[in-house]
Amino acid sequence: MILNILIGIGIAFFGFVLQTSIGGINRKIVGRLQKRHAPRWYQEFIDIFMLLSKRSVSHGWIFDFGVIMALGGIIATAMFMPLTASFLAFENYDNFFIFIYLLAVGMLGMAMSASGSGNPWASIGVMRALTTMLAYEVPFLIVVMTIINLTGNSSLTEIMLYQQAAGNNIFLIALPLGGIVAFIALLGMLGKKPFETYIAPAEIASGPMVEYGGKQLGMLFILHEISVFIEVSLFVHLFLGGARNIFEFLIKYFIVYTLANLISNVNGRFKIDQVVKFFYKWPLLMAVTQAVIAIYFGWVI
Amino acid sequence: MLSTKYTVREKLSKKEIDRKWWEVGDYFRRNSLWLLMYCTGCCAIELPPSMTSAYDMERLGMGPMATPRQADILLVSGYLSLKTLRRLIYTYEQMSEPRYVIALGSCPINGGIYHDSHAVINQLEQYIPVDTYVAGCMPNPESVLNGFVDLMEGIKNKKANGWKKYHKNNDWYKENQLHALGEVVIHDEFHQ
Repeated sequence: MILNILIGIGIAFFGFVLQTSIGGINRKIVGRLQKRHAPRWYQEFIDIFMLLSKRSVSHGWIFDFGVIMALGGIIATAMFMPLTASFLAFENYDNFFIFIYLLAVGMLGMAMSASGSGNPWASIGVMRALTTMLAYEVPFLIVVMTIINLTGNSSLTEIMLYQQAAGNNIFLIALPLGGIVAFIALLGMLGKKPFETYIAPAEIASGPMVEYGGKQLGMLFILHEISVFIEVSLFVHLFLGGARNIFEFLIKYFIVYTLANLISNVNGRFKIDQVVKFFYKWPLLMAVTQAVIAIYFGWVI
Repeated sequence: MLSTKYTVREKLSKKEIDRKWWEVGDYFRRNSLWLLMYCTGCCAIELPPSMTSAYDMERLGMGPMATPRQADILLVSGYLSLKTLRRLIYTYEQMSEPRYVIALGSCPINGGIYHDSHAVINQLEQYIPVDTYVAGCMPNPESVLNGFVDLMEGIKNKKANGWKKYHKNNDWYKENQLHALGEVVIHDEFHQ
């Protein structure tokens, strides 16, 4: 049991290091895209340690406690994440719903803490974050339910093994419409550009993060890196067939995150009502169509 | 000649350990400086070229930030009228420490072309401590980036300690602020 917990914490730490490095490499890629020289690849690490080395003010104990609760919740979520089909900390506890359920702890902790600062921009940011969440989760869950219906199992490892079995395609190919919907939902989850509405630095002064500085902001950055790791890994496991070994996982992870980042950097920002309208229009329609095609007609490639 | 005998290593005092940790922190702080741009005057027009692909300040690890709490550098670009000085002091006091101030152009140094205006302050140094000045009217992007590199050198050599000065000589700064503004704290519906 103690060994499992240690492995789980190791996975969370691995996710943090992986996502921070890939985030730095992506800053380099985006810099080259914009014909700039771009910072060093380990700039994200420097940013986080810089924030942790600064002094910061507190706005009451809810403000401090919420950050710690959010970070703890996210680390607890990452502990359950399988890296490959055979490597995970807690056997039989890699159910999809565990991630959806535990991710909310992190998000709610952050919402509580941001509201505790008393800044109106923070409240607007939290409101927008929850609205975005409400928007992208409906189509995303419909697609995931389709997958669960097809595989007859909601464990990530089982879904991975189902896709890796001979004769089965990965779900991005088997359910093409659903794969597209899930990728759009992933953009919403990551807070990438068309759906960056709740961060919006020029509009609501970075939303929930408006009152954070120094150590609290450093913890929020760590939280953000780990939650990106969880969300991208979920996409890799559910739609790209997971991974047989760690290198396959790293390659798939890098491709998915880089693609999301590139799409983010050539887009503008939606307004919050446009986000909701968008998600409830095309992705929802595509997700329902995919579910009907896959479940009732049984047309799975 | 060095002795081969085992000698007990002297224990570092708490002050020395603190100093070492502070130097480690200084490495991170000088390589990741986040700006809060207080674009009051015409010098602000020099910032887009120094930020985008022509001069690219991000390669130094710098970038714009949205709020004073997140920022390390307060970048004062141009002249300061009495009305904006009050907001500048608010902003400066909200930033988390260690905090640095860079003043662009000749207006914060000696008033520049507004030196005889009744509504513009002449020396920013009297109201908040400035770590780096970039002279010129307006300074071109090369000088702006050079100013950033100067600030990094200053942090490395422990010369950029304006925020410590603000604590130490707080009475003096407050007196100057009161002398210029009458009252620093505003009482209206936006500043309760």
